[in-house]
Amino acid sequence: MRLLYFAWLRARIGQAEEDLALPADVHNVAGLLDWLSGRGPRYAEALRDLSVVRVAVNQDYVGRNHPVRDGDEVALFPPVTGG
Amino acid sequence: MIRVQREDFDIGAELDRLAAGDHRVGGVASFVGLVRDMGGANRVSALTLEHYPGMTEKKLAEIEAEANRRWPLAASLIIHRYGRLEPGDRIVLVATASPHREAALAACHFLIDWLKTDAPFWKSEETPQGERWVEARAEDEAARQRWSGGG
Repeated sequence: MRLLYFAWLRARIGQAEEDLALPADVHNVAGLLDWLSGRGPRYAEALRDLSVVRVAVNQDYVGRNHPVRDGDEVALFPPVTGG
Repeated sequence: MIRVQREDFDIGAELDRLAAGDHRVGGVASFVGLVRDMGGANRVSALTLEHYPGMTEKKLAEIEAEANRRWPLAASLIIHRYGRLEPGDRIVLVATASPHREAALAACHFLIDWLKTDAPFWKSEETPQGERWVEARAEDEAARQRWSGGG
């Protein structure tokens, strides 16, 4: 799975993207966020308040129950502020 | 048409081009977003726009298609810049052309409202206190919701 991080999530996690093998017991966005939070203090800090974390799977906004699978492009970012 | 670019744009040239040669067009509406500095404790010397290449173009194309579904437009254009910009610099241009002004004005308003909540851009400001990420505003979400019933 390819993970992309943007804005302050990128800054806090310390990288813009990474390729990770998805654990067999992670099936949806909520599970992915929970697993990522346990990957180290940077992830735990970046994902401390999930109310300000948005997720896109394969470049579409999705909710927490959306399925994830190896091969997906998953992006984590704060609420958008363009325009 | 969608363009995501680092470079500035020429408003006059873009608006001229939008309706050029199409004599059904009776009006062109436009919105130009600029980098703002409110001064005082909120002084902003520059801002940097980051985006999600690929998803940005996809979302902007979806938003534009939705506007064209709702209103009879002859042409539409969204240009959104990224990178480091200073107060007064142009950030975004939304323009719509239609046989009638109502459609052009409404579609232009719709596009900028939707763009603000749906296009994956993030602003970081340079201030006297250091760099800070701009937070999303509830008013922007409310402005987008205003259009929800119209589809």
